[in-house]
Amino acid sequence: MPVRIQTEDFDVSAEIAALRRGNPKIGAVASFVGVVRDVNDGDSVAALKLEHYPGMTEKAIEAIVAEAKARWDIADVTVVHRVGELKPLDQIVLVVVAGGHRGDAFAACEFIMDYLKTRAPFWKKEQTPQGARWVEARSSDDEAAERWAGAKKDVA
Amino acid sequence: MSTTLKLRFFARLREDLGTGAEEVAVPPGVATVAGLRAHLAARGGAWATTLAQGKAIRVAVNQELAEAATPIRAGDEVAFFPPVTGG
Repeated sequence: MPVRIQTEDFDVSAEIAALRRGNPKIGAVASFVGVVRDVNDGDSVAALKLEHYPGMTEKAIEAIVAEAKARWDIADVTVVHRVGELKPLDQIVLVVVAGGHRGDAFAACEFIMDYLKTRAPFWKKEQTPQGARWVEARSSDDEAAERWAGAKKDVA
Repeated sequence: MSTTLKLRFFARLREDLGTGAEEVAVPPGVATVAGLRAHLAARGGAWATTLAQGKAIRVAVNQELAEAATPIRAGDEVAFFPPVTGG
């Protein structure tokens, strides 16, 4: 269950290959890549700085992955999240879920992202023409996470 | 007997309070997250405005998300930060 926080970029193909390697029981791999946009709340964004809480970040994501594994029939998960200075077009976050079948892999991948957005201690500060500003949390992210509250393995 | 805690502040709170970490001794009556927040807000100035009731602030005790009623004990690491915006 690799969870990594790093400043350097990641290679999606290499991460997927590493997660699948040597496991013939895997029939489905679902992945999500988050990318820096050049616009947010109507303003152009020239750069982004990501701060996190070392130690808690890893623990929080590992707990989210453990919950996903309890809810869905999945084999393994990789989460890579970048911190530090990022620019538009840069990759920020990767979630890869490998399992026997696509239904559980898709659901677990979306669940992990929704929970990461609301529970993992990262904060974005963006550089706009008006100066630097902290990105505000979105209520739509809370709503996305809350819809999993009642979801069980058999109804997901 | 006072309770010694390790405090951490992140993102906007770190900037507004002008500090990222400190060790603090609080009176024994300060026994929950809500109590600690009120105790720190009573320092006045940026502390009062940043930690005021109603401001959206998240708190973690020993690196786990906590509630207002979560108890705090000597030696705990208590972190204050804004709602998270990763991903």
